[in-house]
Amino acid sequence: MTLKSRHLLGIADLDPEEIGLILETADAMTEIAARPIKKVPALRGRTVVNLFFEPSTRTRTSFEVAEKRLSADTLSIAVAQSSVTKGETLLDTVRNLEAMAPDMIVMRHGSSGAPHLLARLCRSAIINAGDGMHEHPTQALLDAFTIREHKKRLDGLKVAIVGDLLHSRVLRSNVHLLNKMGANVWACGPTTLMPSDLARFGVRPTASIDEAIDEADVIMMLRIQHERMHGHFIPSTREYFTLFGLTPARVARAKPDVIIMHPGPMNRGVEIDSDVADGPYSVILEQVANGVAVRMAVLYLLAGQEAQAD
Amino acid sequence: MKLLLKGGRVVDPAAGRDGEFDVLIEDGRIARIAKSVPADGADVIAVKPGWIVAPGLIDIHVHLREPGQEHKETIATGAASAVAGGFTAVACMPNTDPVNDHPGVTQLILRKAAEAGGARVYPIGAVSIGSRGEQLAELAAQKAAGCVAFTDDGRPVATALLMRRALEYAGMLGVPIVDHCEDPSLKGDGVAHEGFHAARLGLRGIPGVAESIAVERGIALAEITGGAFHVAHMSARQSVRAVRDAKMRGARTVTCEVAPHHFVLTDEALETPIRYDTNVKMNPPLREAADRDAMLEGIADGTVDVIATDHAPHHADEKLVEFDRAPFGIVGLETCVPLVFDRLVHAGRIGIRRAVELLSTNPARVFHLPGGSLADGAAADVTILDPDARVVVRAAELKSKSKNTPFDGWELKGGVVATIVGGTVVYRNGQLL
Repeated sequence: MTLKSRHLLGIADLDPEEIGLILETADAMTEIAARPIKKVPALRGRTVVNLFFEPSTRTRTSFEVAEKRLSADTLSIAVAQSSVTKGETLLDTVRNLEAMAPDMIVMRHGSSGAPHLLARLCRSAIINAGDGMHEHPTQALLDAFTIREHKKRLDGLKVAIVGDLLHSRVLRSNVHLLNKMGANVWACGPTTLMPSDLARFGVRPTASIDEAIDEADVIMMLRIQHERMHGHFIPSTREYFTLFGLTPARVARAKPDVIIMHPGPMNRGVEIDSDVADGPYSVILEQVANGVAVRMAVLYLLAGQEAQAD
Repeated sequence: MKLLLKGGRVVDPAAGRDGEFDVLIEDGRIARIAKSVPADGADVIAVKPGWIVAPGLIDIHVHLREPGQEHKETIATGAASAVAGGFTAVACMPNTDPVNDHPGVTQLILRKAAEAGGARVYPIGAVSIGSRGEQLAELAAQKAAGCVAFTDDGRPVATALLMRRALEYAGMLGVPIVDHCEDPSLKGDGVAHEGFHAARLGLRGIPGVAESIAVERGIALAEITGGAFHVAHMSARQSVRAVRDAKMRGARTVTCEVAPHHFVLTDEALETPIRYDTNVKMNPPLREAADRDAMLEGIADGTVDVIATDHAPHHADEKLVEFDRAPFGIVGLETCVPLVFDRLVHAGRIGIRRAVELLSTNPARVFHLPGGSLADGAAADVTILDPDARVVVRAAELKSKSKNTPFDGWELKGGVVATIVGGTVVYRNGQLL
């Protein structure tokens, strides 16, 4: 079995079998990280460009490590809007890079749909490393991988996602993935930070964190950005923490074997209490470790697609 | 110079005429409309049975981009696009560079239009200087120069006070105020209709009430001032309700228009057939099915006065960018008639007579323009339509300088046979003459 598309633009485009394939391939990849020499020749001679239009530490590093472990030639470009301020369009920037014949482009961009524009008009395989408020597919895949490690399954689990739902690409990718894999998703946040028609996403919307995490198997916390006060979304981070912060007392409502996740970067004391973030239920650093294996799996499978296309 | 339109169904709601007639044009004017007019040396256009002879269509909401943005459109290319779409006259928006807030700009537009030929061009002046919402433009001087309406389109009239004064002052001059109805705080930095599709695609939303709140403001001020208030490009169901309620209680100076894309498309177009297609990005945005249906109802029940295209040409480079960086707007002049026939007339929502009202009679009435009727002695602006023509929209073949349309490749039923301005055939069978 292979992936149907040569791009990974979002979870919305994957079917459950493809998601399963990526997770199983990632299982195999974790074994590589345990070796003394953490390198295989799968992508030798391939060039991967990491093109980041937004600051990112975790995701970019994770992709770089994954690419190096697969022996790809990698090139990371942080476009601090410099070409953009010089008037160059995204398409021109990417076409200039393509003139140097890369095989894949891993892109993070602040505009929703930017990777879809490239997939339509460029030659390279595009991997979406986060587009605006739209999707962050490899995050959802590594989250699913982490959940599966602990729970051995995804279907039937109660997963509570809590935080800034409106602006979150992590929410959107996770909802697509968890729904496709049969989990029950509860989405919780202040009404001001809920997307329109949230129920149509296939989730149970609630503004009560107690209801959301009651008997939950998994709690995923989303980051609250400090600047959200400016759009009148929340009065203060202090009030936010009072209503939606994840505290040890609240965690007690969840299942005894609950796992607590966060895509990072965390705001301690805003959406999550440090005692929870560093506590026994937290799998936050495991998520980071699993990110490398999942991204290796994605790169490996898409490279296979490229080989077929050749 | 005589031209005889022989045969066909003359539909002229203003004159109460609907039937088989010949139309004789002499020296650029309507000379005679009768059952059977002899050719008597005139050039003859044989109008086939089933074709419609209508008073020239008038689009009261177009952006011709000149002066200042000639890479998108010029007055000449816009006027050509208009006649190719069956329009004998257009009213052009003042958000040019510089903004048309001064008789010098109005005169420039009129001079360019006279040189260009094609459709008649009626300038619309800015309400405020630079459309900045700070100081009223010299509306009387602008009227004298040739402006037929005032608006800060592209932006809303900035404050309720400015809107009040503009309605009072323009009311004194007998000229309507057109508002791009939008509450800027609710619109924020939105790029698409606030609804399920934008939420799923992670696009910032513009709620329908961002429009209807401003519609309600305009209606309230029109009612206390008596000034004529025209709602531009209405898109939200709440706005239709507001206008309908106002008309029911007798607000005679309130009128409104709807653009074809708002009665044809919905926000589903953000996802299909192409995700994030910047040719479905316009302001106001494509809204949800309930809003689209409200436009159709308003068109059928008489709430809507005018169909106007909001023809907004943009260069291909400007649209070939990330969705949230692309400019708002699509071209509309050459797709309007096929969409009206296909989606309104053939869909059984309105008759041909109502279609002519929406595209000719009422636009002339709302802006007090000459035309809108084939009266004896009137300038011979005539559009000949074939309701059963098979039309395939080809973006690359549009006469407009810009090709930004979401209707590329659409097969529609109903089209333009010929466009006659002042007795001269300027467009016929797909060719500009």
